[in-house]
Amino acid sequence: MKSLVIKDLHVNIGDREIVKGLSLEIERGKVHAIMGPNGSGKSTLSKVIAGHPDYTVTGGEILLDGENILGLEPDVRSRKGIFLGFQHPMEIPGVTVANFLRAAVSARLPEGEELEATEYYYKLYEKMDILEMDRSFTSRPINVGFSGGEKKRCEVLQMAMLEPSYAILDEMDSGLDIDALRIASGGVNKLRGPDLGILLITHYQRLLDYITPDVIHVMVNGKIVMSGPKELALELEAKGYDWVKDEAETAPVA
Amino acid sequence: MSQPKTELNLDRSVGDFSYPEHHAFDAGVGLNRDTINYITDVKGEPEWIREFRLKALDIFNSKPLPTHWATKDLESLDFDKIRYYLSNGQKPTRSWEEVPEDMKETFERLGIPEQERKFLAGVEAQFDSEAVYSNIKKAIGEQGVIFVGPTEGLLKHPEIFRKWFGKVIPSGDNKFSALNSAVFSGGSFIYVPPGVKVKHPLQAYFRINAESFGQFERTLIIADEGSEVMYMEGCTAPKFETATLHSAVVELVALKGAKIQYVTVQNWSSNVFNLVTKRAIAHEDAEVKWIDCNIGSRLTMKYPGVVLKGRKARGEVVSIALASNGQHQDTGAKMIHLADETTSNIVSKSISAGTGRATYRGLVHVPKHLKGCKNNTVCDALLVNTDSRTDTYPAITVRGTGNAVQHEASVSQISAEQIFYMQQRGLTEGQAMSLSVNGFVNDLVRQFPMEYSVELKRLIDLEMEGSVG
Repeated sequence: MKSLVIKDLHVNIGDREIVKGLSLEIERGKVHAIMGPNGSGKSTLSKVIAGHPDYTVTGGEILLDGENILGLEPDVRSRKGIFLGFQHPMEIPGVTVANFLRAAVSARLPEGEELEATEYYYKLYEKMDILEMDRSFTSRPINVGFSGGEKKRCEVLQMAMLEPSYAILDEMDSGLDIDALRIASGGVNKLRGPDLGILLITHYQRLLDYITPDVIHVMVNGKIVMSGPKELALELEAKGYDWVKDEAETAPVA
Repeated sequence: MSQPKTELNLDRSVGDFSYPEHHAFDAGVGLNRDTINYITDVKGEPEWIREFRLKALDIFNSKPLPTHWATKDLESLDFDKIRYYLSNGQKPTRSWEEVPEDMKETFERLGIPEQERKFLAGVEAQFDSEAVYSNIKKAIGEQGVIFVGPTEGLLKHPEIFRKWFGKVIPSGDNKFSALNSAVFSGGSFIYVPPGVKVKHPLQAYFRINAESFGQFERTLIIADEGSEVMYMEGCTAPKFETATLHSAVVELVALKGAKIQYVTVQNWSSNVFNLVTKRAIAHEDAEVKWIDCNIGSRLTMKYPGVVLKGRKARGEVVSIALASNGQHQDTGAKMIHLADETTSNIVSKSISAGTGRATYRGLVHVPKHLKGCKNNTVCDALLVNTDSRTDTYPAITVRGTGNAVQHEASVSQISAEQIFYMQQRGLTEGQAMSLSVNGFVNDLVRQFPMEYSVELKRLIDLEMEGSVG
């Protein structure tokens, strides 16, 4: 089965170790969720998978369908099928959503091939219809002046257009009210399918009310300390992360 | 976060080629009265031009380099090692077939598209100092529009030429306008009769193709009352080992109610000194707009100006400057308000990449006795790398109470997080920078004619490809 495999990953920022021997396998077609307290290294993990240059991988492997992607540039990883939904998407003044996505879609074409504009817009509008987005959205500079909800919907739109094999969605519920969260998660649910593996990274359980994961992992202090079915989230919500920390000290990882 | 690499390897493949030179006339190296006499004789010019040139030479020799405010890099210009006049002895030709093959090939490599020739009303393509190709569509000729080189202009249309030549920019304006006045050759002379609205832009391509050869084109455009014209110039130069000087003078005269738009997209190779004086006079209710895009060159100094001489005259400068590694774009605008209810608008955007340096100098002058004058200046700088540099020197003198001036300036930097965001979507680092830069200038580029905006995007892409390690 095709999957994104993380094996005994160690990550430093400067001299400080943030991820301390983390292992995880995300199969295509499945939704995994990583929960954990602030500072546990969740966001670092997402950026390291995407190849952010601030972090140094000091050990372990990340295999995309069997191929080690460590050492590859972020754009190469993206074209190979890794998508990162950002907690804080960046503003690019003057670059419209349509032009940005057009450049990103074009970057995936074989050399010498050019994007067919009408096909591109057909596909873009089709995806926007699925995500219930107004077409005027495409002519706005990307993320500039967007509300929190618009930013997250725009991330989901990009994910829909780029059709990744694995999507890591970092804190997509942060800064969203319930309505915005419902719309953004609805979009993700529509994109779920046998060819896409999803890793949800979240601090709160409420996101998982909208996107139901197949497996939940709890990350504390740079490691996965507990994994289980979706019901684990409820237990966490009720008992808090301290409970997991205590459990982690007494029992080995499942 | 590691910053984007700062080494800039310019991809100059577009302009990096030259063909064997066959110059029938060559004024030799260096500048003195003999050089001037030689040029005047070869070109068969009247005596008043000889005197004009010789007088300008004296002014040039008497003026120091403006290094008390401008960069000391000017001192590396060696005026004795420059050739001031070269020509194949060609007269401007009227059909494309008569243009020599190797020159055609040069233009081909520069990517002047076929359909553009059809679209454009008249094409003046300057190769070295003489126009080798000059064609005005019949319709425009019939409207009485004159579009020729300055030599032909001064010989055949002295009654118009002499009245305005050197009046907007006197030889003594600055050292380089004096130099141009002494040795000018090539350029354009355009006259648009009253009420004539030239539908299509007139265009000239300039290109330097001889080492150590300064190009000193001279352009004079007169739009008579109620007429309208748009002029476009674009430049790319082949790469040479030694410094090359380009020093043009462009004078525009917009008479009552006339409109002139002057569009420049320049892409000089990084050894060229590009020292240009551009100024317009706008009479009552006239409108002059400079759209100016400067890419490449070692040093560009250019401050297009409008003298708002008549009531309700309007002046506008829209400029984009891109300074890559080792390049200095010292650009800006001048607006001189001399009548009531005159308005001026300056929008300047500069991009510094690698060790590139962009300098903005703005001059807005509104004297005390005027009423109802308005100026709006917006000046934005984008820094691509951490060692890129930008400076702004606005000089605004507004006296009196009945006038309004607004000045906004901003400096922003492409952040490493923005680059990461774009790379995460599959763009290479170079593509990401290019997209940001194009986004930064997007609102200005939309004001450029279509074919220029496409060309500009291509030039920015080329530059940004080079600004990553």
